Amino acid sequence: MNASLNWLSALLGTELEPTDVAHKLAMLGAPVESIEPLHQDLGDIIVAEVERVERHPNADRLTLCYVNNGVEVVEVVCGAPNVEAGKRYPYAAVGTVLPGGLKLKSRKIRGVQSNGMLCSASELALGADQDGIMELDTDAPAGTRLLDVLPVSDFRLDVEVTPNRPDLLGHKGIARDLGALMRRPVKLPPIPGAAGDTNAPVTTTGNGVVGGVEVSIDDVEGCPRYMAAVIEGVTVGPSPDWLVARLHSVGQRSINNVVDATNYALLELNQPMHAFDRARLGGSKIIVRRGGEGEKIKMLDGEERTLDSSMTAICDAHTATAVGGIMGGRESEVSEQTTDVVLECAYFDPKRIRSTRAALKMSTDASYRFERGTDLQGMADALRRTVQLIITIAGGSEPGPPVDVYPNPVKTPAIFLRPERVAHLLGVEIPQKEIEGYLTSLGFSVGPKNGRLAVHVPGWRPDVVREEDLIEEIARLRGYDSFPTELRPLRPSTVPSDPSQAAEALARRVFTGLGLHEAQSVSFGPQREHAFSIGESVESQDVLNPLSAEEAYLRTDLIEGLRQSVNRNWAVRERDIRLFEIGSVFGKRGDAEVPREQRRLSGVISGARRPAHWSESGPSVDFDRWDVKSLLDEAMRVAGIAGEVTEQDGRWVLRDSEGTWLGWAGEITMSGPPWAAPVFGFEVVMRQGVSRAVRFEAIPSTPPVERDIALWLPAGVQVDQVNEIIGKRGGKLLESAQVFDEFRSAGKRSVAWRLVFRSPDRTLRDKDVDVVLNKVLKELKEQLGVERREA
Amino acid sequence: MATVSPDDQFEAVERTLVELREAGAPRLAELKVELLGRKQGLLTQILRSLSTLEPEERRAVGQRANQLKVEIDAVIGQREQELRAGESSGEDVDPTMPGRRSWRGAIHPVTAVIDDVCEIFRELGFSRVTGPEVETDAYNFTKLNIPLDHPAADMHDTFYLSPGILLRTHTSPVQARTMEQHKPPIRIVVPGRVYRRDPFDASHAPVFSQIEGLAVDEGITFVEFKAALDYFAKHFFSADTEVRFRPSFFPFTEPSAEVDVQCQMCRGSGCATCHRTGFLEIMGAGMVHPAVLENCGIDPERYSGYAFGMGPERIAMLRYGIPDIRMLFQNDMRFLRQFVE
Repeated sequence: MNASLNWLSALLGTELEPTDVAHKLAMLGAPVESIEPLHQDLGDIIVAEVERVERHPNADRLTLCYVNNGVEVVEVVCGAPNVEAGKRYPYAAVGTVLPGGLKLKSRKIRGVQSNGMLCSASELALGADQDGIMELDTDAPAGTRLLDVLPVSDFRLDVEVTPNRPDLLGHKGIARDLGALMRRPVKLPPIPGAAGDTNAPVTTTGNGVVGGVEVSIDDVEGCPRYMAAVIEGVTVGPSPDWLVARLHSVGQRSINNVVDATNYALLELNQPMHAFDRARLGGSKIIVRRGGEGEKIKMLDGEERTLDSSMTAICDAHTATAVGGIMGGRESEVSEQTTDVVLECAYFDPKRIRSTRAALKMSTDASYRFERGTDLQGMADALRRTVQLIITIAGGSEPGPPVDVYPNPVKTPAIFLRPERVAHLLGVEIPQKEIEGYLTSLGFSVGPKNGRLAVHVPGWRPDVVREEDLIEEIARLRGYDSFPTELRPLRPSTVPSDPSQAAEALARRVFTGLGLHEAQSVSFGPQREHAFSIGESVESQDVLNPLSAEEAYLRTDLIEGLRQSVNRNWAVRERDIRLFEIGSVFGKRGDAEVPREQRRLSGVISGARRPAHWSESGPSVDFDRWDVKSLLDEAMRVAGIAGEVTEQDGRWVLRDSEGTWLGWAGEITMSGPPWAAPVFGFEVVMRQGVSRAVRFEAIPSTPPVERDIALWLPAGVQVDQVNEIIGKRGGKLLESAQVFDEFRSAGKRSVAWRLVFRSPDRTLRDKDVDVVLNKVLKELKEQLGVERREA
Repeated sequence: MATVSPDDQFEAVERTLVELREAGAPRLAELKVELLGRKQGLLTQILRSLSTLEPEERRAVGQRANQLKVEIDAVIGQREQELRAGESSGEDVDPTMPGRRSWRGAIHPVTAVIDDVCEIFRELGFSRVTGPEVETDAYNFTKLNIPLDHPAADMHDTFYLSPGILLRTHTSPVQARTMEQHKPPIRIVVPGRVYRRDPFDASHAPVFSQIEGLAVDEGITFVEFKAALDYFAKHFFSADTEVRFRPSFFPFTEPSAEVDVQCQMCRGSGCATCHRTGFLEIMGAGMVHPAVLENCGIDPERYSGYAFGMGPERIAMLRYGIPDIRMLFQNDMRFLRQFVE
């Protein structure tokens, strides 16, 4: 909401300072996003009178003017064709800085000294030039500040209004909040040139006819109250300067005096109004009814729109002439030919307006306000003020009092406020008198009743519906900063921490320790029937209203985001890439079903296995698939999962005993720059609710016995099979068995293990170990055809 | 052929082994030949002599010789490595040569912020819980007192997956989920991802994180609410950080507040980061709206509470001086490396 500081000053009857107002509004809950000075740079421009005009001695098209600047008469060279003796113009003396930053210097023009400059409108940033310099229609004496004559200087405040406060969408509402804080009453500024008492009470007629126009409401639900006034004999034309300046100050364009008057009322009182040309209302009728299905209307923006019965239409005897609360129609628009005006001041149901503007895909200043709730009780005052404004600036008169069609007057019930509830929620005892003071300053009416306060909420505050809303008003006006900060004893939470948080923290510790950086990718991904995470079949969940094709589906895995990150790193010539990510992935279950959501841990590595060191000459050793296999082992451990790892298409795939996919690891085929290293990745499902219990085992007091054995593995025999037999036959004495070498010769494959034997209670002799070893070797030979390779 | 006892031979090998550990490069080459030379190597000779020994002795000697062989190989390998690394005694060592490093990884700056925030609230008795990223209208909006037909719903530009099913726009749904499952006293912080239909620019992202907080118990007041968030801000930023509470509007709190902290860039004197106000908005908060308590089966006459929500990305940007939120999602190694602790 753009607010004019001058306007607020006028409502509060005092000069306001922009940064102070911004601070106060921030502390009231309506922060000011920006303060824009408007024409504040014209402060040095003065009104000057040209006393005499002579031809420039050396130039045909220039004149030499004798200019009275209020102190003396100076010579000014002027090039404008419209300069005339006896008229007043804006004058910039030597040394003045013009809008745009140009500083005027005294200089000779064609041999004649020019002392300052008579200014055109564009030179003062006041609009397009008309005939040259800007003629001032004023009697102010020479030397008067231009800004005292032209009311254009102002500050425009961009006020952030929350959706619960429709009243702050009008200047009066903002002034009311400020006034409550500043202890100043709000009074509508007089309309310049208005005749009579501008605050006289309104009399209306309930018979539904004004100036020959018959008003009726069929759609009471959509439009509970409709007021209309008729003004006959108006002259549609330009608005006076003060009104144009007011509209400009909030960034609005002047259209004509009648339309400007309705816009003024909207900006001042937050009451949208609409003016119809009475001559163009067929049958001299206004009927408020639901739209017909497929009914068409050409609206003020020139577009034709189709109505339906969910919308409220304002109609004449024949056809729809406006969409209620949204926008008027072309047909009944006020034009220069208009002499008689019907002025609408209505209340439309906020929910109805919200659905209508969504269906028509259009939002207007009016719909924005009706949707948030206008002041059902303030309509008569708004109508009266607008009528007065129109009569003052466009002439005409009312043939009779306005009509007020209000079939079911709303009576808002009182809210009961318990002072002890205030203390209970705010933690501070606030005296009842103080509470009453805050509420009445905001326009609430307050009366004590049985130890409670009966509070009546004014119509402009539809957001206040229960006790807590009033308590917020009290806290807000008292100032949040006035409350102390005091920690009280607290009872422990009954809610246990989610174990996934500890598991994810562990994963982060482990993988950062392994030299990987934690990555975060967006949760969207490409559509996929089968995810890259091999072995897993999953359908992408689509987004109904994506921002772009890139965000049309939710990610089914984490590896895709990391793969893209590898590409981005290659693009900036990073070769050594080590990333991991923990996040949620999604899979479609069915239409209109909540998709499956799963926490995952994934990583990629590419490039040097270790940072280069000068002691190790030669090219760096890059990561290979065995590095990522160990990352898979780490990931399984921290993710709390176990299962069978099988090979599939050159990668490892992990499944649980029921065959459910749990993860994978292996090389990722990517086309990178020539210097890039191969890329390896892994991804696992994080099991939820695992608690990892580490148990202490007695530290052995006996020495180990190590044996290295090299075995010939026949084709088709895998290390896991050998391990199984070693483990089984090794018995209790076998502490560990680690592969430490692989050797191939003439098509044969030999793998070497280091076996460590230990007994917990005695020192093993070679004989003891030999017995076990022989059992292992015998079984290996029988089961797998594995032979020992002699040294 | 002179008979030398195996013990003497072993002693000679072990002496040489001692020398091996300190040998310079030329001497190392000589010693290798002395020990392992194909003809006269000390160990070679022992192994060759095995066949002349009695079976009993042969086994003992053979085993000892094999163990020594393994040790010699290891020592030679290590010594060669040391010499390559220029660490031979007696040679010119440049101690300023760089040491050998390992790769180091870092947690993401947003994670770092989340962990720090949750840790501070843990001191105030808050447990750390999570909830689903896909939510329903009910949990994301209506239970939180946000009617879908009210303009307040427009504060959340929502990605829908199907009618009524959406990507949560805030972590607040976990408030409702928790209150439905647990009785007060409740104190939780909820970190997690949220979604808004905002295209990426320097300060917006369609996906980002949020930390929600909720405290519900008997007798929780606005004073305690302010105190808890003041405690947080002073522990997260610095003990002398000024904290400011401003009225605001959230449908699920009443009274509602924006919480500002003194600008960390200019220490409150006004700069471009804080738009010359000296303050930075860091969270939205307030006393839990009684309608939310009612919707979750908690009696608002007996219980009260406060809730808050903040954006770890924004806080990370402030804390580390990151100018563009997109950097947090690009996983550029040059960026991530900077957060190694």
